[in-house]
Amino acid sequence: MTPLAAAATSIHVAVWQVAASLALVALAAAISYWQKADLERDIVVATGRSIVQLTLVGYAIKLIFEADTIWLVLALLAVMVLFGAITARHRASKVPGSFRPLLIALALAGGTTLGLVVALGIFEPTPRYLVPVGGMVIGNAMTASAVALNRLGDEMGDARARIEASLALGATAREAAAPTIRRSLRSGMIALVDSTKTTGLIFFPGTMVGMLLAGASPTDAVRLQLILLYTLLGSVSISALTATLLAYRNFFTPAAQLRET
Amino acid sequence: MGLDRGGKTVLDGLSAGIPEGAAAIVGPSGAGKSTLLRLLNRLADPDRGEILYRERPLRDYEPLALRREVGLVPQLPALLDGTVESNLRYAAGLAGEPLELEQTLARAGLDPSFAERDVTKLSVGEQQRAMLARALAQRPRVLLLDEPTSALDHAARDTIEAALGELRRELEISTVLVSHDPEQARRLSDWALRLEAGRLAGCGPREEVLA
Repeated sequence: MTPLAAAATSIHVAVWQVAASLALVALAAAISYWQKADLERDIVVATGRSIVQLTLVGYAIKLIFEADTIWLVLALLAVMVLFGAITARHRASKVPGSFRPLLIALALAGGTTLGLVVALGIFEPTPRYLVPVGGMVIGNAMTASAVALNRLGDEMGDARARIEASLALGATAREAAAPTIRRSLRSGMIALVDSTKTTGLIFFPGTMVGMLLAGASPTDAVRLQLILLYTLLGSVSISALTATLLAYRNFFTPAAQLRET
Repeated sequence: MGLDRGGKTVLDGLSAGIPEGAAAIVGPSGAGKSTLLRLLNRLADPDRGEILYRERPLRDYEPLALRREVGLVPQLPALLDGTVESNLRYAAGLAGEPLELEQTLARAGLDPSFAERDVTKLSVGEQQRAMLARALAQRPRVLLLDEPTSALDHAARDTIEAALGELRRELEISTVLVSHDPEQARRLSDWALRLEAGRLAGCGPREEVLA
């Protein structure tokens, strides 16, 4: 039995409870209106989208759980990777041809980490585990690779003179860009490393909160949260590294010249 | 040979030869002097025509090996974080050359105490000299120098100019100097190329072109 199975206590949430929580959305909108933060419209749109998107995903997950076939899970994860890469591309707008590196980075990060947690016997290869864990892994991989490529785009612009001076000495593109690659990778990974350091002290991570609310024992909640944090660290490092190492090449010609931007 | 950038012609119809020894490229700012220098180091390639180095097209050379043989010292200093010595070691390592630290520093007009200095704490003039030392650490056959004394006072400029003279005499390094200062070009070259608005306005022995 996996650690999760013991914690699969079910609780029921009624629609009126969700509706009641909208009072807090109204509060947020009121604060925005009062302080002229000009976010009321965004708050309404965000709330509407969250209801529609999560409800649809909920039904999709219900279908996938009921069908109980691995192929449907893989199809869903593939769609997540695709949308993740499209979303991350917007944040990496200064990186030419960023879509392919992002797509490969997310697929590799998702495939490797999910494959490992299944191979190590941490989770069973069933929809109940693979869908939520896959979503978290790919979501975090997306954020990390987007942050890394955003930094890469900025740095390649700022450090242009220094990179070109290294090229002028006969450095390869990789050698000339090495300090930039290093800093981009760091920015992609640092947020999760920092939050892993402070977890439990400054904030309670979502999975643990969810499990405690669902009636699981604190020990199980903590163990599962630790597994997920470590899984995410793996996924974030793979995606940031892959995206950066594939994307930096797009700044150079085959003759190791910086492309005109 | 010609080159366009952003829809504008930067260099056009350029046909000239630069012999071994000391050459200078002169002309007003915006004439394409620095761009021409970058082409000689293959940091960019011409859009039209061809550049030959020792009678072989530049494109036939392996770019990394060519850049170690034909070194470029850019106008703006761009050293790597660390000490002057670590920058020199980096360059020597890329070229696979042993580093004679004190001698290389001295050739660029820097005394041995500079080896340990953090590059971010150097003045612009000192950084320019460190850039020259870094290029020399690769033992190039040709040095392309883009306004090497633009940020220096007269005393520092004289040091660099004397150092460049010695390079030619002692190490037989050929130099191609970009300068907006005709006096400096006269002092440091035997052969000159004059550019105006991306076109060749003169090429030949110094006394003819810089008369």
